[in-house]
Amino acid sequence: MTARSCAVVCEETAAGRVTAADTVNEAVGRAREVGAGRDGLNAFVWRDDADALSQAASLTDRLSDTKPGAMLGVPVAIKDNIATLTLPTTCGSRILEGYVSPYEATVVKKLRAAGAIPFGKTNMDEFAMGSSTEHSAYGPTKNPIAPDRVPGGSSGGSAVAVASGVVSIALGSETGGSVRQPAAFCGIVGVKPTYGRVSRFGLVAFASSLDQVGVFGATVDDAARGLGVIAGHDPMDSTSASIAVPDYTAGANVGLKGLVVGLPKEYFPASLDPEIRRRCDAAVDRLRALGATVKEVSLPHTDLAIPVYYIVAPAEASSNLARFDGVRYGFRLEGEGLRGMYEATRSTGFGPEVTRRILLGTYVLSAGYYDAYYRKAQQVRTLIADDFRRVFQSGVHVLFTPTTPTPAFPIGAISDPYEMYLSDIFTATANLAGVPAMSQPIGRIGGLPVGGQFLASHFDEARMFTAAYALERALGAEALA
Amino acid sequence: MAVSIDDVRHIASLARLGITEPRAAAIANELNTILAHMDELAKVDTAGIQEAIGVGAEGLPVRKDLGPPFPLARSHDAFAPSLRDGFFLVPRLSTHESTEES
Repeated sequence: MTARSCAVVCEETAAGRVTAADTVNEAVGRAREVGAGRDGLNAFVWRDDADALSQAASLTDRLSDTKPGAMLGVPVAIKDNIATLTLPTTCGSRILEGYVSPYEATVVKKLRAAGAIPFGKTNMDEFAMGSSTEHSAYGPTKNPIAPDRVPGGSSGGSAVAVASGVVSIALGSETGGSVRQPAAFCGIVGVKPTYGRVSRFGLVAFASSLDQVGVFGATVDDAARGLGVIAGHDPMDSTSASIAVPDYTAGANVGLKGLVVGLPKEYFPASLDPEIRRRCDAAVDRLRALGATVKEVSLPHTDLAIPVYYIVAPAEASSNLARFDGVRYGFRLEGEGLRGMYEATRSTGFGPEVTRRILLGTYVLSAGYYDAYYRKAQQVRTLIADDFRRVFQSGVHVLFTPTTPTPAFPIGAISDPYEMYLSDIFTATANLAGVPAMSQPIGRIGGLPVGGQFLASHFDEARMFTAAYALERALGAEALA
Repeated sequence: MAVSIDDVRHIASLARLGITEPRAAAIANELNTILAHMDELAKVDTAGIQEAIGVGAEGLPVRKDLGPPFPLARSHDAFAPSLRDGFFLVPRLSTHESTEES
């Protein structure tokens, strides 16, 4: 069961057939029914239903003299690393225990201005470092389709909130695939916009040259509407771009004649799970039938993306997470003197994966190793970005690939950190190159969802959505079977 | 470039992380296993390749160095671990620990 779509809720609320409070009550009931809280799927770590209802009521009061917004009365779940004023923002970490932000993220402000109601903070891998939502101080999140399996990560809670039908839209964040991979594992749509498309003011920084706020939707249309609301320049974020935001829903009923779709051969290696290949082949057949021209292309540096990512991201994280020291906010543990306090606070406040990445990042930036690791990784990153530039300049409009090499794996199945990192093998390239990408369901294997991924050139999300809308229409129920 | 236990102690100190001796040995192993995969990069010819600087179409724009700071919805004492007269309180530096608190 899915929540009523964003478009339907907006229309019904504007017409007065339902109130925003009705919709919030529906979400509360559905959350109870599926066990979305900590003792169940563990999708939400913080919720204040009374506050959500009060925001819904005040929205209804304002309706008479306000132009109906693009998200009128739509409850939206928010990842726990995006600052909200009335709920804690803890990044799934003990080190931010009890922290309630004194300012609000621009994306949340934009959602509220469009009539949305923030509905709870969702569980995540601590500081967004993980691919399974098992590394949270608040315990693992479970996949609603197979509760013994992970929902993917790091935005697993947001993916589960949508996949279990509590909300139709949720915000996540992407550094190496943290929206697209859980979207694929949970059978929903997940979008990573172009670097700079969406403000990051109020998103707790992990790796600043990679981070972007992303959107989950039950359908392509929900995701398109969500991104349309949060995209755009923000003077509070110097990395947000002053580029006009098109209507992403404009491609909802457009054919694909003239569209050139590239299939990068490196994303379809001989070792790819044959069932995933079969689902991708079926999706590509549909794209051809819709009028698209499909051709094989090459992104030759793809296999270097994981080594590059796991040098660049931990290096930036080791710097960004230096601010969590027990001085200004969050958790503090006293030690011997100032240094003892820093060490006690950070060692106790951070979990093992965050500690590992901070140490890895500190190592690759330290004297004697900087050139061999960090500088080299940044040079290879240039080669990865050049691969994309070359392919898009050759006339290819969008690329199509599998989102992940496998479906959702069992909770606790992967203990080797590098094996876990390989979950991001098809997604991290988009973050390294800064291009937009999205995942959508293209079928199931043994009941587990499989995701197909579209990628486009910088700021060309509209074309990506056009392809995704068309594929979703063409696959119909087959996408979920 | 194998990571030694001394390296782990050094980087833990730089990162202000307290690490026990048994944990330091385990972390050295973990980092060596991860970094072995990174050695792939050494095989790539990057002579003359510029390091990536910004990944957006516009490069990395810099905001004008202007205020004002944005207003906070609640004051620091709502979230600071320890605050007095508007200042964050921290333990004394170890070099000053023998002196009396003023």
